[in-house]
Amino acid sequence: MRYLVLLKAVQASTPPPPELMEAIMKLGDEATKAGALLDTAGLAPSAAGARVQLAGGRLSVTDGPFAEAKEMISYALYQVRSKEEAVEWTTRFMKLHRDLWEGWEGDADVLRVFGPEDFAPPA
Amino acid sequence: MTATDPLRATQRAIEAVWRIESARLIAGLARIVHDVGLAEELAQDALVVALEQWPKTGVPENPAPWLMATAKHRAIDLLRRRSTYERKLEELGRELSVQQAAEPDLDAALDDHIGDDLLRLIFTACHPVLTTEARVALTLRLLGGLTTDEIARAFLVSEPTVAQRIVRAKRTLASKRVPFEMPAPEELAGRLSSVLEVIYLIFNEGYSATAGDDWMRPALCEEALRLGRILSGLMPDEAEVQGLVALMEIQASRMPARTGPSGEPILLLDQDRRRWDRLLIGRGLQALERAESLGVGPYTLQAAIAACHARALSSEDTDWARIAALYQVLAHISPSPVVELNRAVAVGMAFGPAKGLEVVDALRSERALEGYAHLPAVRGDLLAKLGRLDEARQEFERAASLTRNERERSLFLERLT
Repeated sequence: MRYLVLLKAVQASTPPPPELMEAIMKLGDEATKAGALLDTAGLAPSAAGARVQLAGGRLSVTDGPFAEAKEMISYALYQVRSKEEAVEWTTRFMKLHRDLWEGWEGDADVLRVFGPEDFAPPA
Repeated sequence: MTATDPLRATQRAIEAVWRIESARLIAGLARIVHDVGLAEELAQDALVVALEQWPKTGVPENPAPWLMATAKHRAIDLLRRRSTYERKLEELGRELSVQQAAEPDLDAALDDHIGDDLLRLIFTACHPVLTTEARVALTLRLLGGLTTDEIARAFLVSEPTVAQRIVRAKRTLASKRVPFEMPAPEELAGRLSSVLEVIYLIFNEGYSATAGDDWMRPALCEEALRLGRILSGLMPDEAEVQGLVALMEIQASRMPARTGPSGEPILLLDQDRRRWDRLLIGRGLQALERAESLGVGPYTLQAAIAACHARALSSEDTDWARIAALYQVLAHISPSPVVELNRAVAVGMAFGPAKGLEVVDALRSERALEGYAHLPAVRGDLLAKLGRLDEARQEFERAASLTRNERERSLFLERLT
């Protein structure tokens, strides 16, 4: 099973502490070497992006930043055997934030990616 | 959001931790007790303690060191009762006191060895003193953290059979005094090829089955890929490790397109390539590039061939000349009539059916291909393309009579009309 983890948080006024970044790199390396992490990257603030919207039959393109209070911070794509395994890796990731960046708050949504198993013919 | 049964939720969380940590736990313990079977029992004991305690206390902050410390205490208890193991007990005591002195850094102490320990565990589980079946079962058990029940379901054998295999394998390792060590440099190539063979066998067991049989079969492909990715992290400079990973990533990328709506197999050239998994293709091509920069070997060549298909956006775009050339190199370094037959197909596609037929006809006296349905099938296809329809029909009849696979038979019979 594949899971996409999306990290959302209020954009911080200061850059993340270097110790946190180092710890995240270490955890990412560990998860990659465990064969669980397929892909991960950080996302630039939405000010650098744009939104293409379809509403009432009309397409519109709006440059960022988006109005939402929380920004998408990063994503990670895991290949694991259960939701709990994806949750466990994500918990380890969030603990690093708790331990190394005081006062930081955010949400990591763990979402299952549809795969061939969801479209398999009936046995 | 729905509330879940808290007990069940904790159990599933423990299973997840176990899945992530079990191989490293067993590997670390095996370094200390010098016995893979015993190491696995100790790790299992620690799991049992966790299953008893964690639902009451909650999952500890750092579950991996918790499991390791628990298993080591079990080891001490056990070894104390075995006087012949006094020397090991001493070692273990030293090990523990060192780690206890550095308590906050228990994790780091574990990390320092863990890569080496995991490699030793892989090489031990795939040791040539074991039968291939035993290597496969032991690898899935020790490195994949699969239960005997899961392994049994994946290989469509009974659970006691798998349990037996694993018990015997552990006994063999102990009785032949297989050390928990990396192979000597002069043995490495041979021992590594045994490891790669086991991983690819697990992959193929899952890959060759048709969809819908059992959920465990696709899971075997995932498991083999995971093992390959782990090995690739541990041995990043071994060409064939990267080659095998590349091959499996690319083959797995086709899984969404390999079967039709009612589960019937779809041949490579007929697959809807839009359904191929681009992420896996990208990973496969990356691994292939790394493999090719390191050397050449059978897995790397097969991956290079698979990559020719992966790079072609439609089957018409396939670079058959390159595939034919790669098969030629493959036939040179690892000669086999089946490789030669595949080369015939590629030659036929690249340079015309008459050229392909020359390669096939050179194979007709090949003993190893007697009774191999794909020989007449390939020949029939080339003859049909040359307009020699009567001869082609004979070949397809022969192919249909030789195959034991129903779906294949109907494919061949379709060619008769």
